[in-house]
Amino acid sequence: MNTFFLYVNIFLGFLILACLYRVVMGPTTIDRMIAVSAIGTKTLILLILIGFIFGRVEMFVDICTVYALLNFLGTLATTKFFEGRGKC
Amino acid sequence: MLTVSILKNLSANDICAIVLIIAGLFFFFTSTVGILRFPDLYTRMHATGKGDTLAVLLIISGAIVHHGLNLNSAKLTLIALFVFIANPTATHAIGRAAYRCGIKPWLKESKCTNPGEPHQ
Amino acid sequence: MLKEVTFPRYLATFFWLLFFWLFLSGHYDIFHISIGIICCAGISYTSTDLLFFYKTDKKRPFIIVEFFIYILWLLFQIIIANLQVARLVLSPRLKIDPRIVVYKSRYLKGDVPRATYGNSITLTPGTVTLDIRGKEFYVHALTPKFANSLKTGTMERKVSHIYHR
Repeated sequence: MNTFFLYVNIFLGFLILACLYRVVMGPTTIDRMIAVSAIGTKTLILLILIGFIFGRVEMFVDICTVYALLNFLGTLATTKFFEGRGKC
Repeated sequence: MLTVSILKNLSANDICAIVLIIAGLFFFFTSTVGILRFPDLYTRMHATGKGDTLAVLLIISGAIVHHGLNLNSAKLTLIALFVFIANPTATHAIGRAAYRCGIKPWLKESKCTNPGEPHQ
Repeated sequence: MLKEVTFPRYLATFFWLLFFWLFLSGHYDIFHISIGIICCAGISYTSTDLLFFYKTDKKRPFIIVEFFIYILWLLFQIIIANLQVARLVLSPRLKIDPRIVVYKSRYLKGDVPRATYGNSITLTPGTVTLDIRGKEFYVHALTPKFANSLKTGTMERKVSHIYHR
């Protein structure tokens, strides 16, 4: 089962690299923000599965909670900034 | 033969968890391909807003099935609930910022003279 | 928008925070629980007005049951929406004709029902909420078929059935 989690994590890493292409090459800033938010969601799952591999679920679940909150708040803060500025 | 011998070592819970996690990975894959392939940011939001929410729900339920019921799986349920509420909200916030900044949506052909205006 | 702080609201905030403290900490000895009580009292003293208290005009106690049924229906819709997006994404030619439509809601009053409805629009097939200005929902739809299925207003009746009479 640990081997399966390891392969899932490698696959998620490749998906994150694919999203990173959009972060680097995105035409507008909003495209980059969408891709960064998607990377954050994938990293959340990555952390949970790393916790299962290491056998320290109780520690990594707390980290995941904080990571989910920070991902959401970071997106909200950036969108508020762009709305206030009025152009991208 | 190899796959049969691997499957014999797994319990029913593990097989259920593996099926759920692979389904979640499929939806992560489609959302990533959507981010890369769709033509503009509004259509990209369709891929992330729906795909990531369902993928997180599926993978976390798979992890709960693998882990069993205790305080940690209750926290995992809390994370899933939070993502279920927060991911569409974040998508909506990004879309509102883009719409208020006046970014024009991609259209199939230029039949509409003013693409920023809503259709009726 | 700041709400006025009354003592029952203070107590409600305090017990919510204490519930989350006990749920997330996992240590149930005197030391950790007393630290939790001190922190929750301080935080609810400074920021009770940030937590919203929403009152429905419906007095039935089954609102949680109805909400749960609605969530189950919504999960089914999310699975359909994802299969739709997967089919669109993995087809060799993108068969999309996106547009922005305005949907005027007829039944929903207040912030919480509108937020619920906006999130539901994002999660159901082919539509994403862009902006909410009063009663008007600016919705981005992938194809005209999805825009028309939004305009029948089935989901809005479901949401308003939860919150209103």
